[in-house]
Order: sequence, then structure tokens, then C-alpha cells
Amino acid sequence: MDRNMIVDTRNMNHWFGTGEARKQVLFDINLALPRGSFTVLMGPSGSGKTTVLTLLGCLRAVQDGTVKLTGHELHGASEAELTRLRQRLGFIFQSHNLHESLTAMQNVVMGVQVRARVPDDLARKAAAVALGLVGLSDRMDYLPANLSGGQKQRVAVARALVGNPDMVFADEPTAALDKDSAADVVDLLKRLGAERGTTTLLVTHDNRILDRADRILTLEDGKIVTVQEHA
Amino acid sequence: MTIVLQWLFGRLPIGWLQLTHKRGRFIAALSGVAFANVLVFVQLGIMNSMATATLKPYEFFNADIMISAPDANALAEGGNVARQWMLQALADPDVISGTGLFIAKAPLKRGDTDISLTTFGVDPGQPGFLAPLIAGDIAFLEVQHVAILDRLTRGIPRDEAAAIRPQSPFSFETQGRTLTAITTFAGGGGFGGDGYMFVSDQTFLSMFGARSSTAPNHILLRVQYGADVSAIVERLRGLISDKTLRIRSYADAAQEDLRYQQTRRPTGIIFGFGVLIGVLVGLVIVYQVLSADVADHLREYATFKAMGYGPRFFLGIIVEEALVLGILGFLPGLAVGAAILTLMGKVTTLPLAMTPGMAVTVFVGTVVFSVLSGVIATRRLAAADPADLF
Ligand SMILES: Nc1ncnc2c1ncn2[C@@H]1O[C@H](COP(=O)(O)OP(=O)(O)OP(=O)(O)O)[C@@H](O)[C@H]1O
Ligand SMILES: [Mg+2]
Repeated sequence: MDRNMIVDTRNMNHWFGTGEARKQVLFDINLALPRGSFTVLMGPSGSGKTTVLTLLGCLRAVQDGTVKLTGHELHGASEAELTRLRQRLGFIFQSHNLHESLTAMQNVVMGVQVRARVPDDLARKAAAVALGLVGLSDRMDYLPANLSGGQKQRVAVARALVGNPDMVFADEPTAALDKDSAADVVDLLKRLGAERGTTTLLVTHDNRILDRADRILTLEDGKIVTVQEHA
Repeated sequence: MTIVLQWLFGRLPIGWLQLTHKRGRFIAALSGVAFANVLVFVQLGIMNSMATATLKPYEFFNADIMISAPDANALAEGGNVARQWMLQALADPDVISGTGLFIAKAPLKRGDTDISLTTFGVDPGQPGFLAPLIAGDIAFLEVQHVAILDRLTRGIPRDEAAAIRPQSPFSFETQGRTLTAITTFAGGGGFGGDGYMFVSDQTFLSMFGARSSTAPNHILLRVQYGADVSAIVERLRGLISDKTLRIRSYADAAQEDLRYQQTRRPTGIIFGFGVLIGVLVGLVIVYQVLSADVADHLREYATFKAMGYGPRFFLGIIVEEALVLGILGFLPGLAVGAAILTLMGKVTTLPLAMTPGMAVTVFVGTVVFSVLSGVIATRRLAAADPADLF
């Protein structure tokens, strides 16, 4: 197994349901993502993109195959191990990323404090820097309800990146955004990820994003059908 | 507050922020907890006052052992005891004196109000059996139809009662006799009567014609200073031929009376139930609030789970919320509870009051039960699956 690969899967299969209703949704997925790469995962609805993301992101138990994340085998890992591994990951969801009772700053602080009891003033400093990087220095004490969709996703980017994760998983983070905000958010993810050497796996239908990817994987009916590498 | 909690928990006080985010609901939740607290306070206050009122008359006497009829569950309840058993008891070398105590209710009509006086007939020649607050005046009872009246009797105005002196006595009709109260003592109305009155045993027998001097309600005994009361009680149980009699130390008799009032009497049971219901109401309210809160934030909790927060973190949030609700709900509950008890005490002249013991008990109970319902509410957290977020 290549040590430069942060994700390395061999013959990953996945099924949903039990008995009669049992249905295979992923077939022999083999993929390797180099450290620091920016990969886009595409494919029609129902092709299994989210399932791949949740498996690699330690949010679902691996059923079959070998799946290595930062050198750790996920197949057979306990819930506590998966939780610990997730502390080294960043997640950006389509929506509902932020806690409605917490300000932008407090939401980002949650991303700092998950790994260790970072003293409050240090955590706030780190959060302020991260919010500055996503251009929200003037919105730090706003509650999510008072932020636009694009601003909320930028807070989510700041929270995902503030702890310098090994890897960021994003599932259609721009689906609910207008064209300009979508481009903003993806550019931020790409630029900040590159600066930190963070690996990014991003699921999208959004064609506007494709030219920013190092690599585009296309999934159809649970199988990887094409791999496009960009220089 | 946020800063205090932040310092306390060493993390963002998410529970607090979450609760206060929806202010209306938060206030409703606190009112609910406060309401449950008030319920418990009032019931406890009544239970406490029942205890005080039950034990009160025992304080009028000074005895070591009490012999009562088998059905005498309370001081003013049950049948009589034959005086002859007192003579048997006196045969014990450690028993130094004995006296018969007569008890009955006497009505007193004052204008339109009917007052019920628990009347004690005592031997004025034996002041040693009376507590100091009465013993000093007992000699007055040597005169027939003289009474010592409870100046805290419900239905007799305080100033009027306070004016009763030998030179300005208060005469009243009861049981077909005219009694003259020439002095008073501080008793206090309870649940069984409006007040108390002392008369001599002779006066008592003339008031209650059906009663006989040979059969008082209880026999009181005093023992040698320093003697072992429980050992004497044991000996008396062997010595006295009527094995059905209740022979107890005076202190035990008082406690058994109290237990009887609290666990056998409908009133005691009802107030006990009241406390239970208050506790249940509080438990349900806190559970409702917390589990609704968990349900409302499932997606956010799922996000935290995805980020790598574990079960202890979530338990911490819920316990934090439970503590906030319990503590902040307790304070208004305490204030309102104390106010209601004071008011009720004024109206009923029962010894109703908020005691520090009650406040501490209810506070600890509130916090414990809040946390308990919080822990139950965390079971709903299992539904927060971060894999569903995508
Ligand atoms: N929890 C589940 N239980 C049962 N079947 C599921 C579950 N989640 C997904 N599936 C099925 O697995 C297949 C792949 O789903 P997945 O969500 O991975 O697709 P996707 O590519 O992300 O689609 P979309 O673009 O619509 O988000 C689909 O057929 C879906 O119906
Ligand atoms: Mg999907």
C-alpha cells in the first residue's frame, strides 16, 4: 500500500437492508487519494456517492474490503475508534452544518475543542483567524439565522479547517448556494486546503467546480466508471 | 452566565446557550419546574406542620413511660386504661410515680364559631408530670371548674386570649358546666382540634359524666433519674397482667403517633401523595423539555457526532441543561412556596413555614430528579446518526 495515499480502498463493497430487501450499492471500489489532493466525486443520483463519503469519513461501518484512512484500517474498527479518527477529519454538509444557538465564532470553536481541551482564549484566537480566512471577520458574533447561505457555508469551511484536519469531506456543499457564493466556497476550500496540505474529497453535481479538481471520479450504479486526472 | 459556565465546564456551555436561545420556551420550562417545586413545598409544609402539631401536645407533659389502650393510636384516640395497672407498674423499683391522664374534646361556642378544645384532665397534686410551661400554674386547677386555656386557640382573638388573667378571667359554657379560664399557655391549633385546655381530673369527670376516675385515657409514669427506660418498659410488659396494653417509652409513643398520622391517616397519606405527584410533575416537565430539546437539535448533534464528539460530550450537554433548569427553576419555586406557606399559616394558624431543611431537601431532590430525567432524555440521542446528514 502506497504511503503517500491518505485514502486507499481495495474491493470495498456495501449493502443496504437485510434479507429480501438487501441490496448492493457499491461494487469493488478501488481508489487511492494522494495527500493534499483535491478530488471531486460525480455521478447520477443514487449512484452511491454519499455512501462512499460516509464510509471513508468513518460515519458508517465498512462491511467488506480493505479501507485505509491515514494508515488506519476502518474495516472492523470500533465505534470509539471511528469517533477518534473523525476528530482528525473535517465535514461540510449541504445544510444544517451550524448549531443555531451558537454564534459563528462559537461554532468554529467547537471545531477546535473537539480534539483537546484547548484553553478558551487560544481556541477563540484560532477561530478568529479561520473566520478571517473565509472573510467573515465582521460576522463573528452573528447567529446562523442572521447569516446568508453562502456565509453559513463559509463558517462551515472555517470550522472544518480550523483544526488542520488530515482530510475534509464535503457533500454538495454548494447545492443551496447561488453561482457566486458557490464559487467562493469552493475556491476557499481549494485554496485553504492547498495551503495546509489538506486532502479534500468533494461530492458535487456542479459542473462549475470541475475545473478546480485535481482528479474527477465518476460513479455509476455503485461502480467507479471513469477517473480523470488533471495536471 | 455564559462565562461562568464556560469556566465551570471547560467548554462552551452549549446546553445553556441552547436553552436560552428559545427564550419563551425556556421561561415556560422554568415555570414548570418552579410549579413542581411549589407543589412539593406546600405538601411538605403541610406534612411538617402535621408532624409539629402531632408532637405538640406531647410537649405539655413530662413523663418517661406511657401505658395506653391497645387501640390508642394517637394521644386523643382509643379506649381507656384501668387505673389498677398503674399500681402494678409502681411495684417496679425504678418507677417512682404515676398519674392518670384524661383526654376528651370539649366544644366552646363563641358567637357563631364552634371551637373544639382538646381537654386534658390532670391531677393538680402532681405538677411533676407537666412541662414547665404549665406546671407553674397547675395549682390554679385545685379549684373546681377552673381551666388553663390555650391562648393560641383558633377562633379566639389573640388579644382577647392574652388578656386572660386571674384578675380578668374568661368564663364560658361547655359540657353543661361553666368553666373559668384564669390563665393561659401557648399551645396551638392542630389538625385534630382548635386548641387545648387543662382542667383538674375532678373537673374533667364532672364535665364528662360517662367517664370514670378509675379509667383514664393514658397512664403516665416517671422513673428513677438515670434508669434505663427501655429496660423498665420490658419489665413492665412482663409485670402487668393485661398483655394487650401498649406500654411504651413516652418518646416512642410520640413517634408512633406521628408515624400513624403520616402513614395511616388519610390526610397524611394524601399529603404524602402530594409530594410524590409534585416530584413526578417535575420529572415529567424536565424530561419533556429536555427530550423535546434533543429532538429539536438532532441534526446539530449529528453534526457534532460527525466532528468526533463522543457520548460523554452529549451527556454533558443534557446534564448541563438539567442543572440549569433545576437550579433556576428552584429559586422562584422557593420564593413562591415560602410565600404560600406563610399565607396559609396565617389563615389556618397551623405551624406552616418554610424550613431550611425543606429548602435543602427540595433543592437536592430537584437537581437529582432533573439530572435523572436528563439522563433518560439522552436515550433519544441514539437517533442522531451523522450518516443521515448527507
Ligand atoms: N440508509 C439507507 N438505507 C437503504 N438504502 C440506502 C440508504 N442510503 C442510501 N441508500 C441507497 O443506496 C444507493 C446509493 O445512495 P447514495 O445516497 O449513496 O447516492 P448518491 O449518489 O449520494 O445520490 P444523490 O446524488 O441523490 O445524493 C441508493 O440506491 C439509495 O437509495
Ligand atoms: Mg448523496
